[in-house]
Amino acid sequence: MSKLGTIGHRLYTGEISYDFIGHRRRWYILSAILIAIALISLVWRGLDFGIEFKGGADFKAPTQVTAQTVDSMRDALRDSGVPELDEAIVNTIGDNQVRVQTRTLDPTEEVPKVRAAIADEVGINPDQVAYSLIGASWGGQITERALIALAVFLALVALVIGIYFRDAKMSAAALIALVHDVMLTIGIYALVGFTVTPATLIGLLTILGYSLYDTVVVFDKVRENVRDIRSSTTRTYSEAANLAVNQVLVRSINTTVIGVLPVVALLFAGAVILGEGPLKDLALALFVGMVSGAYSSIFIATPLLAQMKEREPDMKKLAARVHARRAKESQKERVVETPASVPTTQAAADVGVTDAGATDDAEPSNADLEKASATAGNGAKRLTVTYKSDVRSQRDGAAKRSQPQNKPRSQRKK
Amino acid sequence: MATTTGHPGRTLIGLAVLVAGLITLMAVSGTWIPKLGLDLRGGTTITLTATNTTGSGTVDPNSLQLAKTIIQSRVDSLGVGESEVTTAGDNQIIVTVPNVQQDELVRLVGQTAVLRFRAVHAAEQVQPLEPTPAATSEPTSAPSDQPTAGASETAQAPSGEPSAPASTAPSATGNNKPLPALPTAPPVPLDKACVPADGKGSPPDQALGWQPTEACQAAFAEFTCETKVTEVADQGLFACNQEKTEKYLLGPALIEGNQLTTAVAGIPQNNVNWVVNLEFNSEGAAAFEQATREISQKSEPQNRFAIVLDGVSISAPSVNEAIPGGRAEISGNFTQKSATELANVLKYGALPLAFDVSEVSNVSATLGGEQLRAGIIAGIIGLALVIGYCFWYYRGLGIVVVASLGIAGILTYACVVLLGSSVGFALNLAGIAGIIVAIGITADSFVIFFERIRDEVREGRSLRTAVETGWRRARQTILIADTVSLLSALVLFVLAIGSVKGFAFTLGLTTLIDVVVVFLFTKPLMTLLARTKFFGGGHKLSGLDPEHLGVQALPGSRSRRPVVARPAAVSEEVA
Repeated sequence: MSKLGTIGHRLYTGEISYDFIGHRRRWYILSAILIAIALISLVWRGLDFGIEFKGGADFKAPTQVTAQTVDSMRDALRDSGVPELDEAIVNTIGDNQVRVQTRTLDPTEEVPKVRAAIADEVGINPDQVAYSLIGASWGGQITERALIALAVFLALVALVIGIYFRDAKMSAAALIALVHDVMLTIGIYALVGFTVTPATLIGLLTILGYSLYDTVVVFDKVRENVRDIRSSTTRTYSEAANLAVNQVLVRSINTTVIGVLPVVALLFAGAVILGEGPLKDLALALFVGMVSGAYSSIFIATPLLAQMKEREPDMKKLAARVHARRAKESQKERVVETPASVPTTQAAADVGVTDAGATDDAEPSNADLEKASATAGNGAKRLTVTYKSDVRSQRDGAAKRSQPQNKPRSQRKK
Repeated sequence: MATTTGHPGRTLIGLAVLVAGLITLMAVSGTWIPKLGLDLRGGTTITLTATNTTGSGTVDPNSLQLAKTIIQSRVDSLGVGESEVTTAGDNQIIVTVPNVQQDELVRLVGQTAVLRFRAVHAAEQVQPLEPTPAATSEPTSAPSDQPTAGASETAQAPSGEPSAPASTAPSATGNNKPLPALPTAPPVPLDKACVPADGKGSPPDQALGWQPTEACQAAFAEFTCETKVTEVADQGLFACNQEKTEKYLLGPALIEGNQLTTAVAGIPQNNVNWVVNLEFNSEGAAAFEQATREISQKSEPQNRFAIVLDGVSISAPSVNEAIPGGRAEISGNFTQKSATELANVLKYGALPLAFDVSEVSNVSATLGGEQLRAGIIAGIIGLALVIGYCFWYYRGLGIVVVASLGIAGILTYACVVLLGSSVGFALNLAGIAGIIVAIGITADSFVIFFERIRDEVREGRSLRTAVETGWRRARQTILIADTVSLLSALVLFVLAIGSVKGFAFTLGLTTLIDVVVVFLFTKPLMTLLARTKFFGGGHKLSGLDPEHLGVQALPGSRSRRPVVARPAAVSEEVA
């Protein structure tokens, strides 16, 4: 039985929820650490660019790999009569291929010699030695094209975000999430020392699309939830956004899992069957980027958005109203006979401040959930509980009809 | 929208017609297998970058097109078959040759074309080599079509007077693919025989005075068109015409191709025959006048000059008189096509282009097969994982996923095959990767749709209504998701380099197909399924059962659960 379905339901109604926005600080810190590691490895180790960017030649020959393969291949290259091959990188791929990477060679003079030397060494016909050759200036052009592609793509994505959300803050949050994903992916490459090839770059650019899409899914729901928020006092922006994240959580997980599964298959085929090549390069960048994209849209983009929105005077007022109403209600509950004599506006403003600051690291437990309605002063506790009641009351169309009775699974099973 | 609630059946029939149409198209074109890229079947790809030798830096598109034609004919001369020469960007030519791994190819393709005018010292008919089936994949025209007479073309000063047409077809006939040379023939130092003992060459101003030595003439007698000779500008040369029906002993270059300014094919006034008009720059004009004056005095065949491109005589017209003024006209039995072709070749001699070999990529057939296998395995694993996940999570709805992916698969395959046979789209490894990544994108559309339906059911709608309202909301999200994906694919395609373009292309293609499938197949199918008892009634395995959704009972459905049995339990729980 897939529990995800029922969990999805309970997340949807707010029956259970995780306070993504309240706990934003811890996720910001996590991302900051990850990005710091990425940046440090980028500065420290740099990226290992493939010959496509630097220019060079790459030979691959089938052979039975032994302990001596690399050394004897080096000797063979030295004896090939082609100068300046000392820098050549010789390595083995799996147990049946040897690969030689050299500087750029002359296609008509030097390539045949090197090919012959390699073929001789492993005992095959020179024609069976596959090779690719990139001229030095061509490599420079490819790098240039790659940088242009990246710039154009970022600009376009920013434009699309701007047009789609028509909201500067949403666009900013989405863009930050994008940059976050790209930096993490590049960082992984620097850290592990994978070679960056045009296929990697393609993967990286594709991630931009994915990451954007993930954010679109979440922000779409946020927009839906906050549509009439100004005219009501049920929820603050942060709460509405948090509910949105919880509501799309299952969908986001499904989307990511389904997107990542074929990429995993690609990665497997590229890394295990072929060892090297565009499949592995592409799949690796996609894999890291897609996982990071799903993470960032939930843990980074939405909290950022909420944080920025809460600074708007409108939203501050809204938060104040919401808290005022809650304070009033809880007071009514507590002291039924006493009429509300508290100066509500003042109290609410105070609450609003506490809410923004104090809740960052508070984590609600189940016990909190149960008794939360009683305490008005603690933002975190209240946050988690209000969704439940609010979602109900807010769903106008559905609320007028007969509501399905939402029971926790454990109780229904009996 | 075509997918209204009322006619899901009609939409499905429409899609079936579309699929049938594509399959019919495949049957008509007779291709059932996609055209594979060279990295999947082995072969060599060479990327050449043209640079403008005059220094302005920009490469004229027409020049590039012309260069492409010349390079194509060079590749064809190797007799490899199925080769392809295309231009890319504003200064690149990409040569793809399957299953050939000759270093010769790289040398031949990358070399700068040289066009030279040389005086003919001796000409001799030769028996063309019978085309050997092994050496060429396409039949060449029958040898009997070949011209037999000697000087079939005439060069003269352009005038209104019609020149007496020669009796035979000109040598530069368009349809005749040049016979394949045996690519393995080693260069024989036959031509060394014509190099004077001191090794000194004759620059253009002395070229007319050049005389072949006896040794040179003896060597010429032995020369066959299958022999490879190296062309040196200031030395004599052995060459054949394109059909290899006549061989020439040629003097050193009189005029270089870059002294030619234009070459145009046309029909002069009061004439019915096609001619090629040449125009030289001042330097070339002077040299041409002097050369024609001397040559025209001589007797056949020494009254001819040969226009040599890449060591092959393109045309060897005879001259009757001195041609001053830098304008000449070559007449003969030209057709429009052959005249235009000759003009183009001559123009190429004036092309200020040099080519650099920017990239050579060579994949052996074994490696290609392995890459193809890995791609297919990745596809199968990816598909299996996605389908498995969908069945696990969505139960019966997994059938919808499988069917939709199946339809998307058929459409994608048909498109790839048809694009291969119509516009020459070749599926490469990166392209396969694009298709595999797209499995996720396509399945993702279903996730959005299904989750929306569930949301709607949770909101208290009946399944049949939920499918419709859920669709209206999911549609937006699916479209924005696909737009984003399509946009990435487009930008990637425009900006990508080389083989990774394939990824962008298939990603874009499959995204479009995803839209078609979701709108024309998945949605109507869901509408129909919602009417069935299994899905609409929320069967336990349908993926839409109340328990799976986390709701008490499906609203609006005639629940099979006894309604009375529940309330007691509920009240108990509430208490």
